[in-house]
Amino acid sequence: MDPRFKVSNREALMGIGLAVLNFIWWYAFAYGLGGKPVKEYQYIWGLPAWFFYSCVAGFVVFSILVYVMVKVFFKELPFEEDTYQETKGEEK
Amino acid sequence: MNWEVLLPLIGFLILMFLAGLFTARQVTEGPGFLKDYFLGGRHLGGFVLALTMVATYGSASSFIGGPGIAYNLGLGWVLLSMAQLVTGYFTLAVLGKKFAIVARKIDAVTLIDFLKARYENKWVVIFSAASISIFLFSSTAAQWVGGGRLIESFTGVSYPTALIIFSFSVLVYVVAGGFRSVVITDTLMGIVMFIGTLIILAGTIVAGGGVPHIISTLSAENPNLITPFGADKSLTPLYLSSFWLLVGVGVVGLPQITVRAMSYRNSKAMHQAMIIGTFVVGFIMLGMHLTGVFARVVIPGIKVGDTVMPLLALKVLPGWLAGIVLAAPLAAVMSTVNSILLIVSSSIVKDVYINYIKPDASEQSVKRLSFSVTTIIGVLVFFVALHPPDLLIWLNLFSFGGLEAAFIWPVVLGLYWKKGNAAGAAGSIVGGVVSYILLDQLAPNLWGMHTVVLPVAISLAAYIVLSLLFQKNTENELSRQNII
Repeated sequence: MDPRFKVSNREALMGIGLAVLNFIWWYAFAYGLGGKPVKEYQYIWGLPAWFFYSCVAGFVVFSILVYVMVKVFFKELPFEEDTYQETKGEEK
Repeated sequence: MNWEVLLPLIGFLILMFLAGLFTARQVTEGPGFLKDYFLGGRHLGGFVLALTMVATYGSASSFIGGPGIAYNLGLGWVLLSMAQLVTGYFTLAVLGKKFAIVARKIDAVTLIDFLKARYENKWVVIFSAASISIFLFSSTAAQWVGGGRLIESFTGVSYPTALIIFSFSVLVYVVAGGFRSVVITDTLMGIVMFIGTLIILAGTIVAGGGVPHIISTLSAENPNLITPFGADKSLTPLYLSSFWLLVGVGVVGLPQITVRAMSYRNSKAMHQAMIIGTFVVGFIMLGMHLTGVFARVVIPGIKVGDTVMPLLALKVLPGWLAGIVLAAPLAAVMSTVNSILLIVSSSIVKDVYINYIKPDASEQSVKRLSFSVTTIIGVLVFFVALHPPDLLIWLNLFSFGGLEAAFIWPVVLGLYWKKGNAAGAAGSIVGGVVSYILLDQLAPNLWGMHTVVLPVAISLAAYIVLSLLFQKNTENELSRQNII
């Protein structure tokens, strides 16, 4: 098998993992904090806390996590056959 | 409508037209016409890739329909819209480098090229080409109607005139410049969408007297507006979660999005696009839908949801700024239809004509054919949009979910599961589409989930069961060469 596929399989799994985390974050804050009676709501920057954490903070946190995932874990690979063969030759 | 608002809008239309036309000049020269016309020669950089994906994905509903519903239902609908944050990174991460590498090895230009090489089966190609043409044609026509209506309401010209303006400003550069023009105009439109969101959100917060005041006014009117459950308590957690499939991860199956996953220059471009795309799509969805909710305090008592955003822009912003903001939904519609138009055209020219009718067509005749098919479809869409038939409106309802149910597994499992084969793919496409239409008619939102969920599950079951049943047919050229 093309060794580049191993990298790509791993990155695809990481993408799925991040989406699962994203969903949990979104769901847990929305219904964990937002399921309470409105009278008990707390507010951050004027927004209900459930909304602030689930949607506003969630947006910021996952934008940062995507950045980290890509910069730290994703590998740069050549896509074209010829450049790929060339770089393989250089490694030898 | 006054000239102060109209001028930025007209300026926007002219700018798009010129940008599209200017980039079109580069297309007609040089070899590899098909790859260039339908795929931009696989040269997309990160920023352009991110913006074209966001702009293609974001449609009128992100700027007009969605905020209108948020106006009526409250923060619960903003919560739902945030399921779309994943579209910024999920498609590129999952199709990822493998799709880009395989597409290059087999020289695929369209999604169907990939399916054809992967499954080596006539029926898979025919079912795919048919569902892409039918669903996407209906959805372009419906968006076209929306574009005409927007221009009609902003300028006050008659609907047919508005439709001519809209068609002219989209068609000319799509026909002449193909994918390259589409992605460049998409990028500019994405920027307009981003800036428009920023302006209208800020303007609405100021006009509403600050966020705390807006929220306490909403809470006093109806406390449910600031819960995740919607003003009428209709939004259950299960129902909202099921939208993660429809407008979130399921987007992997949309042909107009997948084709972009084979169009980028290198892995660096893909990495950048994930970072930029996630930020931009999150910002637009959060900003626009939140604005819709806040609008309830600034302009109370609006009955028709679709009129909330235009009225709001005129109320809280000076005329010229309102013009820029109102260009955003127009940009969203235009950037969606231009891509879809090209996909429909490519599936007719490349997937049907060259594959099955005339494989040895010369470069020159392919070129002529591509231009003329794109033009004919565009003109056809125009006439259909003038008097949209009921059938089309009906088909459009299935377009998004139907295409997802059809293609998500043949694409994703086709890439990552060696045992997948033609029987599974054909069953998955047919099963997904048919079950989606039937369920939508007979039992919509069954068990409290959006209708798309079950067909995607049925499509998955069909893919796996049929692939395993017909295992002896699995070996093909790709697996022999170890490409999959």
